[in-house]
Amino acid sequence: MARVIVDVMLKPEILDPQGQAIARALPRLGFSGVSSVRQGKRFEIELEGAADEAALAEVRKMAETLLANTVIEDYSVRVEG
Amino acid sequence: MSAARVGVVTFPGTLDDQDAARAVRLVGAQAVPLWHADRDLNGVDAVFLPGGFSYGDYLRCGAISRFAPLMEEIVPAAKAGLPVIGTCNGFQILCEAHLLPGALTRNGSLHYVCRDQKLRVEQTATAWTNAFEAGQEIVLPVKHGEGRYVADADTLAALEAGGHVVVRYLGGNPNGSLNDIAGIRNEAGNVVGLMPHPEHAVEELVGAPSTDGLGFFTSILKNLVNA
Repeated sequence: MARVIVDVMLKPEILDPQGQAIARALPRLGFSGVSSVRQGKRFEIELEGAADEAALAEVRKMAETLLANTVIEDYSVRVEG
Repeated sequence: MSAARVGVVTFPGTLDDQDAARAVRLVGAQAVPLWHADRDLNGVDAVFLPGGFSYGDYLRCGAISRFAPLMEEIVPAAKAGLPVIGTCNGFQILCEAHLLPGALTRNGSLHYVCRDQKLRVEQTATAWTNAFEAGQEIVLPVKHGEGRYVADADTLAALEAGGHVVVRYLGGNPNGSLNDIAGIRNEAGNVVGLMPHPEHAVEELVGAPSTDGLGFFTSILKNLVNA
């Protein structure tokens, strides 16, 4: 059993109005020193077997096919442990 | 001649399928209900992908619908020339399915926008807009939270250069879409996607701001009869 994390973020050039709204809310709540916030998605994928190279290739395919829309989003895959 | 048959797709969470079917009937065509889980296009002459929140908009708008069994039939048929239009959620599905370039993202204002929207029909060389005059100004309802059209600079330049922008927002952009884009078409002109709702602007009786939406339905009829 292994857990693989897929992070999906809007590409840097795509406007993230949700992140901007969060960044604007922070000073109001007394948090200072934040220059910007980008919001993304985190997927936790539990594998039945080990996170070997073949399994990770499969997860990357999942990210490419469904988890991320690569027209507007980037993704990264890592094994948690 | 038998009536043209326009398929209207229903996914779980689709809202506007009844209005779309009604608009199809209003111009004298036959509306054929198509169910997302079927693999049969029923021999329809064209397909309408209506608005709503298919599959609850889970993950991303249109991301799950794109893989519905019916979509596996629609995608190759559209690539082979079947006229397909998507409005609102239907537009999002067409982008997710890569039948149209770019993507639709959260409105710049973060607000859901519901209003009567002035538009300019930029492109009449499509299966769905040939009944309009180029440059014609129309009014259709918009109602969406994720309608901000984005595409990379090269794609955007190609859309503009190729005349693939079909409708553009006038009098204020409701969502912050690039170049005020409200709707686009594919290279062949058989696939069109737009955020505004032609199917909600076909009858004065229901308080629609116009009946300008009818043009999209008479276009497809004209297209099919001339085919």
